[in-house]
Amino acid sequence: MSLYNFLYLSSIIFTLGVIGVLIRRNILIVLMSLELMLNAVNLNLIVFSRLWGNVVGQVFTIFVVTVAAAEAAVGLAIVVAIYRHKDTVNIDEVNILKW
Amino acid sequence: MAEYLWLIPTLPFIGFLINGLGGLIYKKVSKKTLNRYFVSIVACGLVFISLLLSTVAFVQLANMPNEHKYIEQKCFNWVTAGDVTTTGYYDKVPSKTTQFKIEWNYFFDPLSAVMALVVCGVGFLIHVFAIGYMWDDTGFYRFFSYLNLFMFAMLTLVLGNNFIMMFLGWEGVGFCSYALIGYYFHKKSASDAGKKAFIVNRVGDYGFSVGVFLLFMTFGTFNFKELGEIIGKLPAETHFGILSAVGLLLFIGATGKSAQIPLYVWLPDAMEGPTPVSALIHAATMVTAGVYMITRASFLYTRSYLSLEIVGFFGVMTALYAAIMGFFQRDIKKVLAYSTISQLGYMFTALGVAAFSAGIMHLMTHAFFKALLFLGAGSIIVAMHHEQDMQNMGNLRKYMPITFWTMMAAYLAICGIPPFSGFFSKDEILWQAFARGHKLFYVIGLIAAIFTAFYMTRLMILTFFGKERIDPHKKEHLKESPAVMTIPLIILGILATIGGFLGLPAWLGENRFEKWLEPVFEHNYNNPVFKMGHYTHSFEMMMAGVSVLAALLGFFVAYYLYGKKGIVPDDEKNWGRLWKVIYNKFYMDELYDALFVNRAKDLGNAFSAFDQAVIDGGVNGTAATTRGTAKVSSWFDKYVVDGLVNLQAWIVQTSSGILRKIQTGVIHNYALAVLLGIVILSCLYIFR
Amino acid sequence: MEILGVPILNAVTYFPLIGFLIILLIPKKKETLIKIVANVTAFIGFLISLPLIINWYKPEVIKGMKDGMRYVIDVPWIRTIGARYQFGIDGISLLLVLLTTLLGFIAILSSWSAIKTRVKEYYIYMLLLQTGMLGVFMATDLFLFYVFWEVMLVPMYFLIGVWGGPRKLYAAIKFFLYTLAGSVLMLLAILALYFKYISIFGWDHRTFSLFKFLHAGLDPQFQFWAFLAFFVGFAIKVPMFPFHTWLPDAHVEAPTAGSVILAGVLLKMGTYGFVRFSLPLFPDAMIKFTPLLMTLCVIGIIYGALVAMMQTDMKKLVAYSSVSHLGMTMLGVFALTQIGLQGGVVQMINHGISTGALFLIVGIVYERRHTRLIKEYGGLSHSMPVYATIFLIMTLSSIGLPGLNGFIGEFMILQGTFARTDLRVYAILAASGVILGAAYMLWLYQRVMFGKLDKEENKKMKDLNLREVFTFVPLIIMAVWIGIYPSFWLKYLKNPVKRITDIYQKKLAENKINVGHKYKVDYKGMKKIINNKMSEE
Repeated sequence: MSLYNFLYLSSIIFTLGVIGVLIRRNILIVLMSLELMLNAVNLNLIVFSRLWGNVVGQVFTIFVVTVAAAEAAVGLAIVVAIYRHKDTVNIDEVNILKW
Repeated sequence: MAEYLWLIPTLPFIGFLINGLGGLIYKKVSKKTLNRYFVSIVACGLVFISLLLSTVAFVQLANMPNEHKYIEQKCFNWVTAGDVTTTGYYDKVPSKTTQFKIEWNYFFDPLSAVMALVVCGVGFLIHVFAIGYMWDDTGFYRFFSYLNLFMFAMLTLVLGNNFIMMFLGWEGVGFCSYALIGYYFHKKSASDAGKKAFIVNRVGDYGFSVGVFLLFMTFGTFNFKELGEIIGKLPAETHFGILSAVGLLLFIGATGKSAQIPLYVWLPDAMEGPTPVSALIHAATMVTAGVYMITRASFLYTRSYLSLEIVGFFGVMTALYAAIMGFFQRDIKKVLAYSTISQLGYMFTALGVAAFSAGIMHLMTHAFFKALLFLGAGSIIVAMHHEQDMQNMGNLRKYMPITFWTMMAAYLAICGIPPFSGFFSKDEILWQAFARGHKLFYVIGLIAAIFTAFYMTRLMILTFFGKERIDPHKKEHLKESPAVMTIPLIILGILATIGGFLGLPAWLGENRFEKWLEPVFEHNYNNPVFKMGHYTHSFEMMMAGVSVLAALLGFFVAYYLYGKKGIVPDDEKNWGRLWKVIYNKFYMDELYDALFVNRAKDLGNAFSAFDQAVIDGGVNGTAATTRGTAKVSSWFDKYVVDGLVNLQAWIVQTSSGILRKIQTGVIHNYALAVLLGIVILSCLYIFR
Repeated sequence: MEILGVPILNAVTYFPLIGFLIILLIPKKKETLIKIVANVTAFIGFLISLPLIINWYKPEVIKGMKDGMRYVIDVPWIRTIGARYQFGIDGISLLLVLLTTLLGFIAILSSWSAIKTRVKEYYIYMLLLQTGMLGVFMATDLFLFYVFWEVMLVPMYFLIGVWGGPRKLYAAIKFFLYTLAGSVLMLLAILALYFKYISIFGWDHRTFSLFKFLHAGLDPQFQFWAFLAFFVGFAIKVPMFPFHTWLPDAHVEAPTAGSVILAGVLLKMGTYGFVRFSLPLFPDAMIKFTPLLMTLCVIGIIYGALVAMMQTDMKKLVAYSSVSHLGMTMLGVFALTQIGLQGGVVQMINHGISTGALFLIVGIVYERRHTRLIKEYGGLSHSMPVYATIFLIMTLSSIGLPGLNGFIGEFMILQGTFARTDLRVYAILAASGVILGAAYMLWLYQRVMFGKLDKEENKKMKDLNLREVFTFVPLIIMAVWIGIYPSFWLKYLKNPVKRITDIYQKKLAENKINVGHKYKVDYKGMKKIINNKMSEE
C-alpha cells in the first residue's frame, strides 16, 4: 500500500465531488457532493498523519467531520426553507442573487 | 354729617340693578317678565326716596350760613396713580409735582341743590307718568331700569365734586340716552337715532376731555372747589390764553350734550324714543347738563372774555335758528324738540352774558314747562294711538280737557306771558343781556321770542282747536288719559305756573333765586368786567313790556294764519320754497352726512383698500418675492448642484451596468469561478 | 414662596404641563374626560396663580425681592454661555400673569362645544401654549425669555393651522413667519447685547441677565441699533402699524379660543416686551425715536378705527379695533410719564378683557350660525336677550364708557401723554380715536343686535347656556372692578413704573425736553389791557 494509492483515491473522490457540485442541479446532491469533497480532504489528512506519525491530522479530521455535520444541518435547513418558499430544489431556479 | 349724600345717586342705581339684572334673570328662569307693579314701585319709589334725601340736604344747606353753604361726602379714591408735573399758569400759578388722583366724592352746594331737586322732582313725576305710558309695553322692566340708570348718571353728574365724576355722569347720561332713544330697537330709525346721538355727543366729549386734560395739566386738580380757589384769584384773560382754550374746549362738550350749534343735529332725531324719555332726558334734565357744567365752571368762564362771548353768540344764534326750524314741523314732538334747542340757546345766551343765575333759573322753569309740554304730547300720542302728525289732530280740547289746560299753562309759560314761570326767567335773560351791554344778543333773543310764540301758538291751534281732522277709527277710542298720567301733568302745570315767583325781577322785589345761588359765584364778584349798567326800575319794567309785546306779536301772526285763515296743510304750495328749506331743516343733516359721515366711511374704505393692497400687499409681496427667489435657487439646486452629484452617480451606474452582468445568481457559475480561480492560482504556484 | 415644595413661579408656569401629560395618557376616544382634565387643569392653574397677589405684601416676600422682582428663582442653567434660569415678577408682570391664567381658563372653557375634531391634540396645544405665555411674562434672563417666546409660537401655529377657518394654512404660516422674522431680529439684538457686555466686562462675566445689562451703560449708537431690532420684534407682536396685517388674518381664521388667547395675551407679549426690555435698556434711543413711535401709534389708532368701521366680517372688525386699541396702549407706554405708562399697562389688561370677551361673543354666534358676516345677522336682541346684555356691556367697555375699565385706561393714557408738553398734539389726535371707536362699535352692535329679526335661521338661535354665561362672568366682574376701583390694581404698578420713568426723568431733562415747561406768553401786555379796562370803569 503506497502513499500514492491513497492520494489517488482521495483526488478521485475530490474530483467526483467537484464535478457533482458543478453539474448537478438538485441541491441535495450538490450538498452530498460537498460532503464527498470534505471526506476526500479528511482521507488526505489521515494519510499524512499516519505518514508523519503525528496525531494532529487525525484530530483535525474529527473537527472537520463535526463541522461538516453542522454544515449539513444548516444546509438542509436552508434547502427545506427554499423548498417551502420556491416549491423546488432545482438550483438553477434559485437565482435570486442575480443583479 | 351728610353720610346720606351718596345714597341720592346710588338708590336709582340699585333700582337699575333690581329691575334690569333681576328682570333679565327672572325672564331667563321663569320665562315671564317681571311684575309691572313691582317694577313701578321699585323704580318710582327709589327715585322718590332720592327726592326726599335731596330735600333733606336742601334744608340742611338752607340752614347754613351763606359763606359755608357746602356739604361734601368723601366716598373713596377712584383712581390713584403716579406723579404728574403740572405746567402751571404762566407766572401766576407755579408748576408743581402732584399725585394723579381722582376722588369719588359727592358734594352739595346751592347749585347742586337746585339741579338735584329739579332732576329728582321732574324725574319722579316723569317716572310716574311713564308707568301709564309704557304699561302695555313688553319691555316694561327694561325701560324702567334704563330710566333709573339715567337718574343715577344725571345725579352723579350734578353731585360729583370734580370734573371726572361729572364726566362719568356726562357719558353715563349719554349712554342712557342712546339706550332709550333706541328703545324700540326693531325700528331702524330708532337705533340710527340712538347711535347718532351717542356719536355726536362723543364729538363733544372729545372737546370736553381735552379741555379737562389741559385744565389738569395746568392746575393739577380736577376738584371744582380747589380749581375755584386757584382760578378765582387770577385776573381775566383778554387774549387767547389757557383759560380761554379750556373754556372753548369745555364748550364743545356743552354744545354736544346741550344740542347747540353745530352739534344740535342729534336732538330732533332723538324724538324716536318713547315720549317720557323725550320729556326727561331730551327736555328737562340731560340736555341742560351743558348749562350746568358752564355754570359750575363759571369761575373759569368769567376769566375768559373770549369764551364767554362765543358761548353767548352760539347760544343766541341757536335760539333763533332752532326757533325758525320749529316753524313748519308736522310732528308734534319735533316742534317741541326744536323748541328745546331754542330754549337751551337762551340759557347759553344767559351764560354768555355772565348772568349765570338767570340761566339756571330758566333751566329750572324750562324743566317744568317743557317736561309738561312733552308729557302732554305723550298723553295726546297715547290717546291718538301713536299718531304724532299734527295734520291729523284738531279740536282735541273737547276730548282731553286736563291735558289741554295743563298744556295751556306750559304754552303761556314758554311764550313768556306773565305771570307764568317762563316770563320771569326768559325776561330776566333778555334783560340781563341788554343791561350788560350785549345789545345784539338782546335783539336776536327778542326776535327768537316772537318766533317762539309763533310756533307754539301754531302747535296749540293745530292740536287743540280748529276742525277735527282725526281718523274716525282713532276717534272712537279717544279719551282723557288715566290718573297716573294726568296727576303728574297737573303737578307740573302748577309748577309751570308759579315756578317763576322764586326769582322775581328787581322791579317786583327781591330775586330770591339769585340770592340763593350767590355762594356758588363767590369768585366772580370781584371781576369788574361784568358790572351791570345802571337803569331805573321803570325802564326795566318797560323792557319787560316789550318782551310781552313780542310774544303777543308772534301769537297774533300764528292766530291770523292758522286760527283765522286756517292754512292747513303746511306745504310748498302755500309757503313756497322757504317752506321746503325750513321743513328740511336747512338740509343740515344732509350736509353733515356729505361732509363728515360719508367722508369718514370713504376714508375707511380707502384705508381698507390701502391696507389690503399696500400694507398687506407688501407683506404678501415679500412672501411672493421669497417664493420666486426660492424657485430660482431650487432650480439651480436641482439642475446644477444636484446635477453634479447625479452625474457621478450616473457614471457609476452605467459602468456597473456592464459589470453586474457577471452576477448571474446561478450557484454553479460561482462555483466554477471559484474552481477556475483555484486552478489558476495552483498553476501559478506550480509553474512559477 | 413655595407650593408643595415647588417655587411658586415654577408651579404656576409648569402646572399646565401636568394636565398636558395626563391628557397624553388618555385614549383619544374619551373626549369628555379629556375636556374635564383640561378644564380642571386650567382652573387650578388660575387658582394657584392667586397666591401671587395674595402674598404680594407679605414681609417674607418683600424680603426676598431682588432688583425689584419678587418670588425670584435664579439658578445656573447653561454654564458654558452663562445663561441662567431666572424667573421673577414685578407688578406689571403680576397683572399680566393673572390675566393669562384667567383668560387661559376662559378660553379652554369656551372651547367645550366649539371643538369637534382632534380634541386631544387641541387641549394639549392649549395647555402647552399656556406654559409658554406664562414663561414669557416671568423670565428675566433674555435667553430664557427668547426660549419661551418661541415655545408659545408653535402651539399657536397649530391651533390656527388645524382648527382654523377656510384659509387657515395661509393665516397660520403668515402668523408664524411674520412673528419669526421679528423674533430673529430680536435674537440678533440679544446676542449683540451679550457680546457687547462681554466686550465691556470680559468673558468671565458673560450673562444674559436683564439686570446686568441695565447697568452696562450702553452707548447711544449701540442703543440705536439694538432698539431698532427689538422694536421690530415687539412691534410685529403688538402689532403696531404698519406691521399689523398678520393680525386680521390670524384672528379671522383662528378658532374662537385661539382668538381670545391671541388678542388677550399674545399681543400683550409685544407691549410687555417694550415695557420690560426696550424702555429700560435703551433710554437714549427711546427718546430719539419718540416722535416716530408716537406718529405710528396715532396712525394706528385712527387708521385701525377707520378700517374697522368698514369691515363686513365681525371678527375682522374686532381685529382691527385691536390695532386701534393697541395703538392707544403703546401711546401711553411711549409717553414715558408715570400716568401714561400706568395707563398703558392697565389698557393692556383692559384690552385683554374686553377684546377677549368680544371674540368670545363673536364665537358664540359663529358656533350657532357658522358665519361671521355682519349682514347675516340683525335683530338678535329679540331672540337672545342675555347675549345682547353681555355684548352691550363689552361694547361699552371697549369704547371707554366711564365706570367701566376702558375709560380708566384711555383716560390715563391720554392724560399721561398730554402731560408731556412736546407730545400734546399726539394726545389730541389720539383722543379722536375715542369718537371713531364709538362709531364702529355701536354700528356693529346696531347691525347685529337691532332691527327686525327677519332671517329664519336667526329666529331659532338659542340664548346663552349656563356654561357660556359663566365664561363671561369673570370678565364682566373685572371690567366693572377696574372701572370703579382701579386703585386696587394701580398700586401694584406704582413702583415698577416709577423705576422706569425715573430713568427717563433725568434723560429727558438732559435732552431739554421738559415735562413741565412754562409757556412763554407776554403776560405783561395782558395785564396792561386789563388795567386799562378797569380804569375805564
